[in-house]
Amino acid sequence: MNFKDNKAIYLQIADRIGDRILSGGLAPEGKVPSVRELAAEIEVNANTVARTYEYLQQSGVIYTKRGLGYFVSPDANEKIVAMRRKQLMQGEMDYFFGQLKAVGISPDELQELYKEYLHR
Amino acid sequence: MFSLNNLSFSYNKRKGDLFHDLSLELNAGNVYGLLGKNGAGKSTLINLMTGLLTPKSGEVTLDEVNVRDRLPKTISDIFLVPEEFELPRLNLSQYVSINAPFYPNFSMDDMQRYLDIFEMGGDMKVKLNEISMGQKKKVLLAFAFATNTRVLIMDEPTNGLDIPGKSQFRKLVTTSMTDDKMMLISTHQVRDISEILDHVTIIEQSKILLNASIADVTSRLAFRPMREGDQPLYVQPSVMGSLVVVSAQPDEETNVDLEMLFNVTLQNPDAINKLFNASK
Repeated sequence: MNFKDNKAIYLQIADRIGDRILSGGLAPEGKVPSVRELAAEIEVNANTVARTYEYLQQSGVIYTKRGLGYFVSPDANEKIVAMRRKQLMQGEMDYFFGQLKAVGISPDELQELYKEYLHR
Repeated sequence: MFSLNNLSFSYNKRKGDLFHDLSLELNAGNVYGLLGKNGAGKSTLINLMTGLLTPKSGEVTLDEVNVRDRLPKTISDIFLVPEEFELPRLNLSQYVSINAPFYPNFSMDDMQRYLDIFEMGGDMKVKLNEISMGQKKKVLLAFAFATNTRVLIMDEPTNGLDIPGKSQFRKLVTTSMTDDKMMLISTHQVRDISEILDHVTIIEQSKILLNASIADVTSRLAFRPMREGDQPLYVQPSVMGSLVVVSAQPDEETNVDLEMLFNVTLQNPDAINKLFNASK
């Protein structure tokens, strides 16, 4: 089991679709693979994929055209970035700050380290 | 769609009932995983479900028809892939032409497609008594899926399959599954199938300890490394430290680990029962 990313499968699939959109593999207004196509491709239960699509639809990343399937929203990129910022703040950052505190890295030091990172 | 109603069954009157008043409802559109230790009663349950054994009382019905009546419309809509089986001394094409007529929804195109997925396509003249056990299993699975019965029950389907075979099997399930079908997979190889299941049913000593959808499990239990202050229902040591099963916090949605789910259910059945019967 990969515990580092031990999110529910339907959320992991949502992340992968988000990756495809951000990398340009799925363009805005482009058609998203059908639930069954994607389920067969990644060998995951179709109801799980359906749940992913429901979640992405509620988040405004994809939308449905009646009878035609799911499409990428025009502003999907912004939606995904916003979702990821929120997740980062709630999840990984919390853990990361805990580690910083444990080994005694001050906010000033952190700022320096982050600036160095951005200049790499 | 498929119901087990108050089933009681015993192999031996003196030893008492193996199953007593057992009920279970299986719905179309779902892939069920039936998990249980050796001797828990999985194969007996499957034999009762497919009309191969007669219950002492109660019944198993497909669309309200008792499967034990073995009406043509019932048995042409149920396919069982047993754990152990023999194939006749025939070639593949003969096997299909003899057996396919019993299944009105059989599709030769599907059969070819599934054989291709298993990398067994091309040679319909292959002699079924001259191929390896794993290849026999692939042939029977391809045929089973191609019958397009609404009920497909498989006992240890991934046993004997080679390394690519496990993924090919998942591909078969996810490709062929439709909303009007129900599949039930009985297995010990939980890693082979965890991502294709909708629903988990755990039995022990002929009792159903857990019967829940994966979505339900996700919302009630979390599977993750131990944290301070945890009150774990189950702890499993690992190279990454202790992994635990805990009651899930609101918004905490982790990936279900079937092995840990099985262990926590057997070790702590009362707590699990209480957690899953509480309304959410």
